[in-house]
Amino acid sequence: MKDFYLIYKNLTRKKMRLFLTTFAIFIAFLIFGAIMTLRSALNSGVEMSADNRLVVVHKTSFTNPLPYAYVNKVKAMEGVKDVTHANWFGGYYQEPANQVVTMAVDPDTYLTVYPELVVDEEQLENWKKNQSGILVGERIAKANNWQIGDRIPLSSNIFSQKTGGQTWDFTVDAIFTGNDAKVDTGYVLIHYKYFNETQSWGGDNIGWLILTTTDPALNEQVAKAIDENFANSNNETDTSTEQAFNKAFIDQIGNIGLIIFGVVFMAFFTILIVVGNTMVLAIRERTNEIAVLKTLGFESSRIFKMVLAESCLLAFFGGLLGIGGAYLIVQGAAEQMARFLPNLILDGAILGQALIYMLLLGLVTGIAPAISALRLNIVTAFSRG
Amino acid sequence: MTTENLFELKNVAKLFTKGKETISIFEGLNMHIKNGDFMAIMGPSGSGKTTLLNLLGGVDQPSSGEISFAGQRIDNLSESQLAKWRANNIGFIFQFYNLMPMLNAAKNVELPLLLTNLSSSERKKQVATALELVGLSDRAKHMPSEMSGGQQQRVAIARAVVSDPKFLLCDEPTGDLDRQTADEILEMLQLLNSKFGKTIVMVTHDPSAAKYATHTVHLNKGKFVKAEELLV
Repeated sequence: MKDFYLIYKNLTRKKMRLFLTTFAIFIAFLIFGAIMTLRSALNSGVEMSADNRLVVVHKTSFTNPLPYAYVNKVKAMEGVKDVTHANWFGGYYQEPANQVVTMAVDPDTYLTVYPELVVDEEQLENWKKNQSGILVGERIAKANNWQIGDRIPLSSNIFSQKTGGQTWDFTVDAIFTGNDAKVDTGYVLIHYKYFNETQSWGGDNIGWLILTTTDPALNEQVAKAIDENFANSNNETDTSTEQAFNKAFIDQIGNIGLIIFGVVFMAFFTILIVVGNTMVLAIRERTNEIAVLKTLGFESSRIFKMVLAESCLLAFFGGLLGIGGAYLIVQGAAEQMARFLPNLILDGAILGQALIYMLLLGLVTGIAPAISALRLNIVTAFSRG
Repeated sequence: MTTENLFELKNVAKLFTKGKETISIFEGLNMHIKNGDFMAIMGPSGSGKTTLLNLLGGVDQPSSGEISFAGQRIDNLSESQLAKWRANNIGFIFQFYNLMPMLNAAKNVELPLLLTNLSSSERKKQVATALELVGLSDRAKHMPSEMSGGQQQRVAIARAVVSDPKFLLCDEPTGDLDRQTADEILEMLQLLNSKFGKTIVMVTHDPSAAKYATHTVHLNKGKFVKAEELLV
């Protein structure tokens, strides 16, 4: 028998209390795990943003198109390294419910600006040569069981063809992956030229520009120069870093950070009170036993550590169960929500954060009873008993 | 059995402060306890018996004066040093047994051995010997709640002697037991004194219990008195 055995026996002496306290911690960490994963998934676009990538959109709204001529004008500006552009296609496969995020891009420059997309050389060359070819993200290919060479009809709920109809026939020429597990591979790229020539809305417009700067330190200067260059034109621009652009996009849903902070704070504050109160009561009930241990020769510091270890063990027990539960929920939801939240993953960073919070919870809830056990005077304790 | 003093108290005072009032329990108390003694301390409530026991057991310290154990001062030890000293030298037996309710008999007896460097197998061996000594080998796995008061007190005695301390302090060890069980416990203490050489100090209200001791001292208002004086 070692101290751990004593700690374990103290922790498990009242089964119902242990169950209820563990359940409270379980719920808190379940919420923490699920919500932090959601936040991470929402922020993955922000996290994966390159530090030297800027996005140029129409100042009125990013849904307004910009003239194609802007591409070369921006490319000529000082501090700009590479420029590409994209148009929203708004695609779906076979039926509107089966949304496929599709963008019309310039195959020659898009992958230069997005080096994190990894494509087989031969497949890439095939796609560049074939105007009706598509470059498909690995996740979307797997989800629809698309293979290289498959003929895929993609419909747009925005655009229509000059020849009538809203469905374009494409060939899967290449499949891209990411150089990092968090890189989104849930979309399809089509040729801008092909899209521009075949759609009926009038041509030579682009949705937005994406560019890289020669040095991230120049980002602000370049963004300002671009917006000033197009100021007072019919199509004024709004240039921001990709990170700020993605964040602003997410923020349209609401202040996710504040919502998450609120939920997590409330959950933790509640269990802090519940567990703290339970620990105080548990130690108070054991006043006589602690006095006996001290009488037998257990040093106060040793008892202090045992009480603290008990509250930490409780926090880790309930917390790990909660994180385990959150992992199962996230795994289940990830498949269902893959289209909207591709990076719904409870990763090591969230687990690490949770472990730190478990330790903090254990220490905060255990410190007061541990100090009272440390200070407990044997004579006073026995005279009370 | 040697006759040297195991405990020596010189001019010991113990004061308590209650609000603005200072209460004196002892003033200038002198006493010694010889190696191998079985001493009963009797006296009315409030006479200072338990306070004296606390001072002897190193769970409380005197306001002034000296307390020596085997020639070494213990009144000036720190809390941590006293804890180690208690673990090495003293076995405690309480009125209400004070067993850990979540541990079985064997685990309760093992508690003082956690403060030693003994291996698990050595600890188990010593626990088995202690339980055998008190006649509870067959109850090793029983929880305190599954045992009678007498059996619990025997487990407490096994716990007190398992680390082989020189000195046993008993605070009303039979106060919660019926006569027959009390006699069994007292016989056990007598055996520990006579056969195993343990020096024992026992606080009791019960004259029948005191008869098991080799000698009895009487305490009244913080002073040792003759037995007759208590009757006055």
